[in-house]
Amino acid sequence: MEILTETLIKVQPKQTRSSKPGCDKPHIEVEKLNLYIQDNHILKNISLSIPDKSITCIIGPSGCGKTTLLRTFNRLHDDNVDVRITGKLFVDCEDIYAKDAEVTHIRKKMGLLAQRPCSLPMSILDNVVYGPRLHGIRGKHKLHEIAYHQLSAVGLWDEVKDRLKSPASKLSIGQQQRLCLARGLAVEPDIILGDEATSALDPISSKTIEELFVSLKDKYTIVLVTHTLRQAKRIADYVAFMYMGELIEFGTADQVFNNPKHKLTQEYISGGFS
Amino acid sequence: MKKLEERIFKFLMIGSTALILSLLLYILYIILMKGLPSLSWEMISQIPSGGFYLGKEGGILNAIMGSLYLIFFSVLISLCISVPVVMYLNFTLRRKSKLAAIARLTFDVLFGIPSIVYGAFGFTVMIYFGLQASLFGGIIAITLLIIPVMIRSIDEVAILIPNELIEATKSLGATNYETIKVVTRQLLPGISTAVLLSIGRGIGDAATVLFTAGYTDSIPSSLLQPTASLPLAIFFQLSSPIEEVQNRAYSAALVLTIIILILSFSARYFSRRLSKNKI
Repeated sequence: MEILTETLIKVQPKQTRSSKPGCDKPHIEVEKLNLYIQDNHILKNISLSIPDKSITCIIGPSGCGKTTLLRTFNRLHDDNVDVRITGKLFVDCEDIYAKDAEVTHIRKKMGLLAQRPCSLPMSILDNVVYGPRLHGIRGKHKLHEIAYHQLSAVGLWDEVKDRLKSPASKLSIGQQQRLCLARGLAVEPDIILGDEATSALDPISSKTIEELFVSLKDKYTIVLVTHTLRQAKRIADYVAFMYMGELIEFGTADQVFNNPKHKLTQEYISGGFS
Repeated sequence: MKKLEERIFKFLMIGSTALILSLLLYILYIILMKGLPSLSWEMISQIPSGGFYLGKEGGILNAIMGSLYLIFFSVLISLCISVPVVMYLNFTLRRKSKLAAIARLTFDVLFGIPSIVYGAFGFTVMIYFGLQASLFGGIIAITLLIIPVMIRSIDEVAILIPNELIEATKSLGATNYETIKVVTRQLLPGISTAVLLSIGRGIGDAATVLFTAGYTDSIPSSLLQPTASLPLAIFFQLSSPIEEVQNRAYSAALVLTIIILILSFSARYFSRRLSKNKI
């Protein structure tokens, strides 16, 4: 084990990922997106272009459609027959709601971090390499190498290196959330989506996750839904404020928090309503 | 006052546990007392010879093998039907869909139908197709009997599978097929419990096989031959006026109980091993 670890350290992680050749748009661009659940108009005419390699936080009161918007990014609404979506959503210049778009290919580009960590019913190691295996990477050594890199990236390697074969469900909830992040990173996405990723965690674990996001932002485009304003203030580069299914304001964190243009934004961030 | 309440409930709890436990022990006691003396190697290694039902030589191997054949194939067939049905109910239909609710109600009704009705139904169908009482007929009747048990008990576990698990695998780029593989892993303990329950219900049932599988003194060598089964062996021998034969019924009951115990414990063992990684 020790020797294996040492040899693994010498192998450098792949830094350059071939992202979007021949596409000059940002990774995620939303154009006039509308979403209906049965007859309810949930997302109203949203146009948004999310800046690459930075953290964008989507804030807003509960039920304003933050999570719904986030889930449209990797087509998680597909299985719900009541949902109808109009408009365009480009991921790397490809309209993901076009008829010929391939959903697994799109989802591979993003890692999703859910509200509660959901480890797969397998060992820690198998959890991390589940994605790579799906996408055809074989070979024990190679998979182990991926596990090492991704677990190190989320600061979990030292905690779990002696029990990679034990069930992932034995980890604490904070560790599981980092494991889920590692699992998401292992498919080499360009984008990380976080759906209130820290809300089920204790303060220390959520601080760790927040720090991870900050350290990952020069490699990944990160979109977080959060309902804690303080968290958005701490880590966001850009902030999108939503209210009743509409995108009210989008701008840099500094501008939205210190100099909001819209009255609703102002009220929300000053704690007028929640 | 509160303390009295507490005491009464404690008493009720202990009382009901003791009642059930003592009933179980009493049944075991009767079977052991009456069955053990006449249980011999001969009993479980030979088929009945002439005059077996008059107290002469022979054993119940025909019934043991018949029961094992019946239960093995019917569990296999019903697994092949139940698992896809549960998958469809839970993951293709939405959780609150009307069709799923109707299907569940139907399975509950089927669950409650007495086994003799399944037997009679199987018999009618067999007559329609011109089949006589056979291993095949017995397998089909028992399959019908245990499918509702199996579907409902796998369903109980499938309902608990969090949507997040499905979303987590899908968001890693898994296809539907890959997702089902992960979900099945999570379902395995449920499936093994279901198999256990259906074995318990299927192997001990006399009424279903009475018309459909028939009874014979030999071990069937093809699907179309009639077959004996343990519950019927117990039934026929117990109705004999000869005491020795009656005691053999108890030893057949003992064999049936032991088979069920062995199957239960092995199913428990495997389910524990399979659920090691359960979330």
